[in-house]
Amino acid sequence: MAETKDRSAKWRYLQQFFFFGIVRLSMLLIALALGGILLYIIINGIGAISWEFITKPPTNSMTKGGIMPALLGTVYLTLGAIAVGLPLGIISAIYLTEYARQGLVVRIIRIGINCLAGVPSVVFGLFGLGFFVVFLNFGSSILAGSLTLGFLILPTIIGASEEALKAVPQTFREASLALGVSKWQTTLRIVLPAALPGIMTGSILGIGRAAGETAPIMFTAAAFFTAKLPSSIFDEVMALPYHIYVLATAGTNIEQTRPLQYGTVLVLVALVLGIDLIAIVIRSRMRKRKRW
Amino acid sequence: MTRHTKEKFIKYILFLVALVSVIVLGLIVFSLFREGVPLLQKIGLKDFLFGLEWYPTSDPPLFGIFPLILGSLIVTLIATMIAVPLGVLSAIYIAEIAPAALKEILKSIIELLAGLPSVVLGFFGMVVVAPWLQETFDLPTGLNIINASVLLAIMAIPTISSISEDSLYAVPREFKEASYALGATQYETIIRVILPSALSGVSTAIILGMSRAIGETMVVLMVAGGAAAIPESLFDSVRPMTASIAAEMGEAPYRSAHYQALFATGIVLFFLALAFNLIADYVSHKYKQVGSATL
Repeated sequence: MAETKDRSAKWRYLQQFFFFGIVRLSMLLIALALGGILLYIIINGIGAISWEFITKPPTNSMTKGGIMPALLGTVYLTLGAIAVGLPLGIISAIYLTEYARQGLVVRIIRIGINCLAGVPSVVFGLFGLGFFVVFLNFGSSILAGSLTLGFLILPTIIGASEEALKAVPQTFREASLALGVSKWQTTLRIVLPAALPGIMTGSILGIGRAAGETAPIMFTAAAFFTAKLPSSIFDEVMALPYHIYVLATAGTNIEQTRPLQYGTVLVLVALVLGIDLIAIVIRSRMRKRKRW
Repeated sequence: MTRHTKEKFIKYILFLVALVSVIVLGLIVFSLFREGVPLLQKIGLKDFLFGLEWYPTSDPPLFGIFPLILGSLIVTLIATMIAVPLGVLSAIYIAEIAPAALKEILKSIIELLAGLPSVVLGFFGMVVVAPWLQETFDLPTGLNIINASVLLAIMAIPTISSISEDSLYAVPREFKEASYALGATQYETIIRVILPSALSGVSTAIILGMSRAIGETMVVLMVAGGAAAIPESLFDSVRPMTASIAAEMGEAPYRSAHYQALFATGIVLFFLALAFNLIADYVSHKYKQVGSATL
């Protein structure tokens, strides 16, 4: 009797041993995938990086030169997306967490946000083309691209802001309201400042996404090549992600411009993951020394 | 203005801004229908969805997107088959097994993977995976279903992993303690107690991962090969809907039948993604584990 029990226990721990092995292997595989891709890009791209590469426009029908207009275009589009998405997202989140009563309308808004989060990026591109570029007649421009990207990251910003607002202790609100401060003043002066670091770090991850997206800007803002820099928000721009796509698939000499492509990929990855990494580091610091 | 009316006014304005997400969703439908429906009226929904030939530039043009729909579904399905075990198991590792010091780092890795721009993964697929596939399996091209699926899986893993992990965390501690108290091993507790309790969250994670894969554009545009035909093997090229839209929109003349057909394809894609998300929303609310029933 004792013997069979012993064997079954052994078997059960053997089972566990194998399961944990598979689980660890899965995690390792994912980490290796990320590490491998990053390492490959860095090793192949670092040679192309130079001051000229960052600060000069492409030359010789994009087979030589740098990426300055594309980098600048991506910065403009990302800032535009922030200007659109951040205020709308934060205010939406304030309404949902601080003001709204649970009910049909809030349920509809939440489903709307979830569905918006699931809209494929290329459909955002079609929306931007059909609505901003054609219907509102903005043309292919920084404005149309920024609006498209801004709405693309809206759900991310709302989600991050809601989480940060919910993390502010209820006692903060109660103390303020007890002093006779109005609800709006309480929200603006007490709740929002306490939640702001959380809102920012969460939103930065969405902003990183805006910087790296290609499909939404293909028909709304990105130019194959423009020699001149944009002078207004109604101008087309080059953008890093689209520039990579163009060089890798439609360039004049795809094999010959490989170093250029690796370099551009490295710059984009450094930009996007750099933004993400900043958010991750700030967040983990914040968690360690929370004031309440 | 009294304080009370001012507060009411502010609440009203906040409400209007909160409606923006719903309004944008409405505008997306409006724009897609405005440009896409004329073509659907002309050739009929059935011929559009089930037509086997996509020759948008021939004369007369043929707009049957069945091969494109099939392409999207195939790469999504295979990507899901790769991403689900990896995503769920990594979530189990992070939520239940990993030492505390490692957890933060592993979560950051998942987050960074999620942040990798899709055009970068597509590029990686073109210059690394495709030549490798081509040489190893002696193929005419490495730009095919399997290449696209593997890269889509990499894109879907972070979604599946992070949402599954959240739902594993949310399982009440009492469940775990009760299981241990009955003498179950950690493995038995995870498989028989924690995972079933978190099943609605994990299912939601999988559905959202699939939704991410089916809507992904740059990866399939760059590595799926682009053949608008019914594939016969996993090493054949396909042309998923997203790739077709992105590749052809630049060439399609404004308001031509081709242009409208691409918007109509967008309508199909939109409702497919919408269905995925509504199912996910339903699953996560309907089968939510509530409370822990302690004494």
